Amino acid sequence: MAKTITHAEAAEAFLKDADRTQWHDETLWHVRTKRDTAAQKLPEWEQLRENASKVKEYVLSHLDELLVTFEKNAKANGIEVLWAKDAAEHNQHVYEILQKHSVQNIVKSKSILTEECGLNHFLEDKGFDVVDTDLGERIIQFNKQVPSHIVMPAIHLKKKEIGDIFHTHLGTQQGADDPNYLTEAARNHLREKFINANAAITGVNFGIVESGGFVVCTNEGNADMGTHLADVHIACMGIEKLIPRKADLGVYLRLLARSATGQSITNYSSHFHRPRSGKKMYLILVDNGRTEQLGREHFRNSLKCIRCGACMNTCPIYRRSSGFSYNATVPGPIGSILSPGMDLKKHSTLPFASTLCGSCSDVCPVKINIHEQLYQWRQVVTEAGHDSAAKKWAMKIGGKVMGSPSLYDFLGKSARSALKLTPKKLVYSRVNTWGKSRDLPEPPKESFKEWYRKNRKP
Amino acid sequence: MSSKNEMLDKIAKNKPPKNTLPELLSFGSGERKEWLEQFSASSALNGGTTIVVKSWEEIESYLKSKFDLDKQTVSLSPDLNGNLDIASILDPHDLEKVELAILEGTYGVAENAAIWMPEEKLAHRALPFIAQHLVVVLESKNLLPDMHEAYRKIDVAASDYGVFIAGPSKTADIEQSLVIGAHGPRSMTVFILDL
Repeated sequence: MAKTITHAEAAEAFLKDADRTQWHDETLWHVRTKRDTAAQKLPEWEQLRENASKVKEYVLSHLDELLVTFEKNAKANGIEVLWAKDAAEHNQHVYEILQKHSVQNIVKSKSILTEECGLNHFLEDKGFDVVDTDLGERIIQFNKQVPSHIVMPAIHLKKKEIGDIFHTHLGTQQGADDPNYLTEAARNHLREKFINANAAITGVNFGIVESGGFVVCTNEGNADMGTHLADVHIACMGIEKLIPRKADLGVYLRLLARSATGQSITNYSSHFHRPRSGKKMYLILVDNGRTEQLGREHFRNSLKCIRCGACMNTCPIYRRSSGFSYNATVPGPIGSILSPGMDLKKHSTLPFASTLCGSCSDVCPVKINIHEQLYQWRQVVTEAGHDSAAKKWAMKIGGKVMGSPSLYDFLGKSARSALKLTPKKLVYSRVNTWGKSRDLPEPPKESFKEWYRKNRKP
Repeated sequence: MSSKNEMLDKIAKNKPPKNTLPELLSFGSGERKEWLEQFSASSALNGGTTIVVKSWEEIESYLKSKFDLDKQTVSLSPDLNGNLDIASILDPHDLEKVELAILEGTYGVAENAAIWMPEEKLAHRALPFIAQHLVVVLESKNLLPDMHEAYRKIDVAASDYGVFIAGPSKTADIEQSLVIGAHGPRSMTVFILDL
C-alpha cells in the first residue's frame, strides 16, 4: 500500500524557498485585504451572506426535486442533459459527445470539476488536443502541474519561471518576464486555438432551476471565446451548483467576485439558456461523492461552497504552505473539509492543517462553518484510526499522565532536569516535529505547584 | 438503475429536513445622480473607461480621435458608422479581424459597471469578445443601482444568451500583475448618453 503523504511532508518542498514562501503569504494576504475593502463598502454585506447561505440550504434540502425541474427546463431550452454518478461516467459522457461530433480540438475554460474528474488526462490519453485557455491554467498545463489555487491557478509560480515556461513552449525571448509581453504571447497562441476548436468545455458557476439556464463567470472572456466559436459546448456542473431563481443571482454575483479578489463583479458574467441555432449544448450533472456528503449531517454544509477561494487567501496555513501541500483538487480550508469525504485515509492529515482560528468561516460568503467542520473531521479521522502512530502514542501516554497527579508531578520534575541535561541534538530529533523550525521554551526551574507551595503557604 | 435515478434516490435518502426559501433581497437605491458617478468609478476599477456625453456627435468625434476607423469596424448602432456590414457575416470566425465593435447596451448597473448585453444586441455572441476594442453606448436613464434591481428589471432567460459585461478582457495570472487584453477586447469604452 502506498504511504499516505501528510500535509506537513508535502509542504516541506514549498517551504525550502523562504523568499517564495514570504511572497506567497504576502500576495494572498493582499488579496484578502482587497476582499475586506470590497465587503466593507456594502453595509448590507452580512445580509447578503445570510441570504446566500439560506438559499443554498434550501437548495440542499430540495436537491432532488430541483434537479428534476432544472433538467426539464434545460431540455425545453434545447440543452441536452446527462447525469454522471462519478468521475469515470462524466469523462465517458464527454468522450462520447466528442466522438459523436468528430471533435479533435478542444478548448477548455476553468472548471474545478473537470480537474476533480481528471478529464484532461483522460482525453489526452485518447489522443485529443485539450487546451486550457485560462492564462493561469495554460501556464500550469505547460508546466505539467495542477492548479495550486482555485481562482489563481498559477499563484505558486514567479514571473521569471513563467517566462522560462513560455520561452520553451511559445518561443518568447529567453529571460523575458514582463507580464504584458507574456500575456500578449499567450493571447496570440490561444487565439489560434480558439479559432480552430471544434468543442468548448466550460464549468458552471450557477445553474438556474426556474429557467433551465446556467451562468459562467470569467475575467478573461475565455469561456465565451471558446463557446461562441466552437460548434459544441459541453458544460460540466456539480449538482450542488443550483440556485432556485434567476433573481438569486443578484446576491451570488455580488458576493462571488468581491470574496474572491475584491472586484465588484467579474468582467464577464455569461448567461446561457439556449444553444446557437444549429449548434449543440450539453450539460453534464455530476455527483462524484456529493450525494454522500449530503448525508453527513456535520459536513453537508460544505456543499454550499461557491468556489470563491476566500478561505484560502485568509488561511495562515494555506498562505505559508501553498496549494500543493494539500494534495487535493480543492486545496485550503474548504478542500480540507471536502476531501476527507472523498478519501478519508488519503486526506486524513488535512483537517489538522489548520490553526482553527476561524478566519475561513468569517470570510466565507455562504457562511460555511469551515473551522468547526475541520474540528469535527479530526474526530472522525482519529476514530477511524488514521492519525499518525506518533500522535496516537503521545495521546495515549498523555492521557495516562494527565489522569494521575503523582505521575504528572514526577514526570514534570524529571522533564525539567532532563531537558537541561539532554544534548540539543537529541531533543530536536526527528520525533520532535514541533522543534523542526521552533525552539522549545526554556524549562522553568520549578513547577507552578512547587512555586505556589513555597510562596503562598497559609 | 440509471445514474439519474441512483443519484436522485441517494439525495432523497440523504438530504436534510426541508428549509424554506428566503425572500428576495432589495435595498435602498440612492439618487440617480450618484449612480452615474458610481458607474464611472466602478468601470475604472474594472479596467474600463466611462465618458458621459450629451450627443451622438460627441461620441463620433471621440471615436475618430481614439481609434483607427479605417480598420474593420462593426457598428450595431444606427447612429454611428462602421465599415463592415454585420449582415454579411454568417460565421463568427469571420469576425476575427474586427478591430472595433460598437454596441448599444440595455441596462447598466451602478455598483459594478456591468452592462446587460443580450444576444439581440450582439448580432453574434462572439462579437464583444473577439473584437480588439469594445465600445458600448448606454442611455443614462437606463442606469440601475445594483444587481438586485437589474434582475428585477431584466428577464435574463428571455434571450438565448446574454452577458453582463463590466470591463475589458483582463487577467492577473502572472504574479498578480493586472494585464488588460487577455483574450478579448484590449479596451472597453462606455459612453453614457445623458440627454
